[in-house]
Amino acid sequence: MVYELIIGLEIHIHAKTKSKMFCRCDAKYFSAPPNSHVCPVCLGLPGALPVPNKKAIEQCIKLSLALGCNINKFSKFDRKNYFYPDLPKGYQISQYDLPFGYEGNVEIESTAGTKSIRITRVHMEEDTGKSIHSGAKTMLDFNKSGVPLVEVVTEPDFREIKDVTFFAKRLRQTVKYIGVSDADMEKGQMRFEVNMSLRKVGEAALPKYKVEVKNIGSISVLEKVIAYELKRQSELLDKGETPVQETRGLRDLTGVTHSQRIKEESNDYRYFPEPDIPPITFTDEQIFANRETMCELPTDKKARYMKDCGLDSALAETLIATKGRAEWFEQAIEGVTDNKVVSQIAKWFVGDVIAFMNANKVKLAQLKLSHEMLRELVELLNLGKISSTIAKQILPEMLETGKKASVIVKEKGLEVVNDEGAINEIVKKVIAANPKVLEDMKKNPAAYKFLIGQVMKEMQGKANPQVVDKAILEALQEK
Amino acid sequence: MNQDELKKLTISTASELLASKKLSSVELTQATLDVIEQQEPVINAFITVTKEIALARAKQVDELRAKNERLSILAGIPYSLKDVYNVKGVQTTGGAKILEGYISPYDATVEVLMKKSNAVLLGKTNCDSFGFGTTGEHSGFGPTKNPINIEYVPGGSSSGSGASLVYGGGVFSIGEDTGGSIRCPASFCGLAGLKTTYGRVSRYGAAPYASSYDTMGPMARNVKDVAIVLEHLAGQDARDATTGTAEVLPYSTLLDKSIKGMKIGMPKEYFGEGLDPEVRASMEHAADVFRSLGAEVIEISLPYTEYAVAAYYVIGTSETSSNLARLDGIRYGIEGEGDTWMQKIKDVRGKGFNDEAKRRIMVGTYALSAGYADQYYKKAQQVRQLLKKDFVRAFTEVDVIMTPTMPVLPPKIGENESDPLKLWLMDAFTVSVNPVGVPGLSVPTGFAKNGLPIGMQLIAPHFREDIILNVGYQFEQEVK
Repeated sequence: MVYELIIGLEIHIHAKTKSKMFCRCDAKYFSAPPNSHVCPVCLGLPGALPVPNKKAIEQCIKLSLALGCNINKFSKFDRKNYFYPDLPKGYQISQYDLPFGYEGNVEIESTAGTKSIRITRVHMEEDTGKSIHSGAKTMLDFNKSGVPLVEVVTEPDFREIKDVTFFAKRLRQTVKYIGVSDADMEKGQMRFEVNMSLRKVGEAALPKYKVEVKNIGSISVLEKVIAYELKRQSELLDKGETPVQETRGLRDLTGVTHSQRIKEESNDYRYFPEPDIPPITFTDEQIFANRETMCELPTDKKARYMKDCGLDSALAETLIATKGRAEWFEQAIEGVTDNKVVSQIAKWFVGDVIAFMNANKVKLAQLKLSHEMLRELVELLNLGKISSTIAKQILPEMLETGKKASVIVKEKGLEVVNDEGAINEIVKKVIAANPKVLEDMKKNPAAYKFLIGQVMKEMQGKANPQVVDKAILEALQEK
Repeated sequence: MNQDELKKLTISTASELLASKKLSSVELTQATLDVIEQQEPVINAFITVTKEIALARAKQVDELRAKNERLSILAGIPYSLKDVYNVKGVQTTGGAKILEGYISPYDATVEVLMKKSNAVLLGKTNCDSFGFGTTGEHSGFGPTKNPINIEYVPGGSSSGSGASLVYGGGVFSIGEDTGGSIRCPASFCGLAGLKTTYGRVSRYGAAPYASSYDTMGPMARNVKDVAIVLEHLAGQDARDATTGTAEVLPYSTLLDKSIKGMKIGMPKEYFGEGLDPEVRASMEHAADVFRSLGAEVIEISLPYTEYAVAAYYVIGTSETSSNLARLDGIRYGIEGEGDTWMQKIKDVRGKGFNDEAKRRIMVGTYALSAGYADQYYKKAQQVRQLLKKDFVRAFTEVDVIMTPTMPVLPPKIGENESDPLKLWLMDAFTVSVNPVGVPGLSVPTGFAKNGLPIGMQLIAPHFREDIILNVGYQFEQEVK
């Protein structure tokens, strides 16, 4: 039987702040010695009090706005009570009924065009410590305790794995764009939780069960988990069974899930307003200011590149991959009004420049090629001063040395040869050397193009291809 | 200085003696420590005496004074802290066994401020564990006795703060009040004790009972001393997000104002059945004193009073159940036994909490549970809003509200052992002040026939400690 996927996501993102959510400890704890970034507050010592991090709240507001959410002008923190060894206070400070952001919407590119994914809420909470299991012992590291987390919850709107992938990638890109997080998966700065069930194609109601898989640390594993669960749940449904409502976990990166906890009903976390932190209010002006100062989002950028610059989807997507890349591109096309030129610059940048950077592990900031240099290269090409063969040939040198194209061309004498006399001579030589072409042309008039290549080769690519074309046709007519 | 002198010593007198170098801080501190040593086996007012810290600080102050440094009025004056305040390097128990042996790595803001004033820390005083108690009998470190008559309780939960001041073990003490824990022992020990406005004094570093009620405040031998200490404690703290921005006033210089024309309201709900006749008589006498000072004393109504105790305990226990969750024996306090974490935590909490703590954790957990939160926790919060409205309305009619601090005279030790609910009801007049958040000052009004003191409670609007300190001081001067 063919089933339809019903998927909702919960994503935890480490907000990028100097200090932790409720204390002054350094939030950059990664690879620090265990329990070296701790204080009375994040260790939950008696009497220590949380003071919310303004910057972290701003980050949460920013992400809420980026995901099209409404902002609760009156909001608050709540205590989520449960016992766990790495939860030092016996409760987590989170948000319950008044999250900072709610009811948002994100457009994704799906098989049948754009599709809306509804965002249920975006709220702020603190991370827990870390349990490290070693044999029969469990050790606790509280460096992570109190690090600010933004949690994004979606409605169960995903129907295809690739929609989930697109959304996850776009979300990661977005948080990096707006500076909310580095979203470094390796450092656990972005973690996914998937809520998933299946229903028969054509059914409208949500299934009666839901399987939750927690703590997924990468997008590729996320894909594998969904694929695995699709197979597992399909097999059960095919046998006429209903998958158990439960939380499942991962033991490795294969995507294979294992039952962890059967959910009879939802946990009773005994939420209540955090009395140690007064309610938080926002004015329209504050919300507006956050919206105004936000950079252009990847989705908007892409749409603009396609609409205003006439770029195709794939090219635009590559250009917006990172904010730095998009910014570089935008500076490179500054003052360029011809979309054909914009597209050329885009292609040279995405193709040769980025390939060079990847191959040589060069970052944008270290790039010796300036925006003006790339613009000049394309300009020389369009003015017919160099051929594309030459352009391709000199770009690596430009990237390596930071020398302008015009300088290299001059130094090496690579300018296009427009001299008809010189070209005609080579043309004659090439025609004489390739008598077979005349035969071929009887069957295929375009066969003469082979000769263009030969001429260009003879002239080290410097000949103006249009002049060569004309010269060959003329020479052949004389025959 | 002998014990009789120490029993009467005030901040004003002590600071004059110290400033004029008639007495050194080391002498004063040593004399106080001697009295403590002598009294403690019977009274049990201290959980920890910080003798070394006290003498070191006293010596330091004397040295500073020898160099003619400008010093705070509190410099060199011995004080104590209720054992809920964290002091770096010193045990902090909150009066509970579960925290026995916990040496705090940090100072509470209150202690930071006291240290800055060069006051001399004598030690950490006994209290009902986590502040759960009205009598001082429910400490994990044994009951505190009332030095006025050791058969009686000193009041709680800041029992040791009250009792130690009675016997001369310090010039002032800083208590903590969640539902009367400063005002009750002040009343039972014949002292002045101020529950500050919620947010007036930083809670940072004070082990919590109920976070939205907890307030820090001074206990001393007279109102002026309370005002002086408050000047040193009040103010916003970057480490406590609930502290307020209201201006800190020079409280001790505002005491002399006449209270002529001031309106003092006596809520009729506080003078109904169950009020001890001797307490009632003492309140009526106090009202006459106010009239003689030119104030107008009128009857007012706080109609939601009858729901105050219930609302207070529902919210208080809810917050408590969450506040005490961190006591799992993993990072500090006594250790649990067992093979698994769950066994260990059960063991720790089973043996570390007394019955009262367990009772409150259970009540609070229940009140917050799914399906019950609406009828208990949320309903109580609604009542809290109504209580606030009661007070706001009352303060449109009067400047100060006056009530008995406690409806009864101090009970004998063990008298209420078998009836926890009776103890909860004993707090009726003090508890309603905490959910509302306004300040309340307990001032002695006289003595019962058995020689035990009686106190009245003066209540002012939020952040108007100046008004009740002024009224309390004027009363005190008149009856002296």
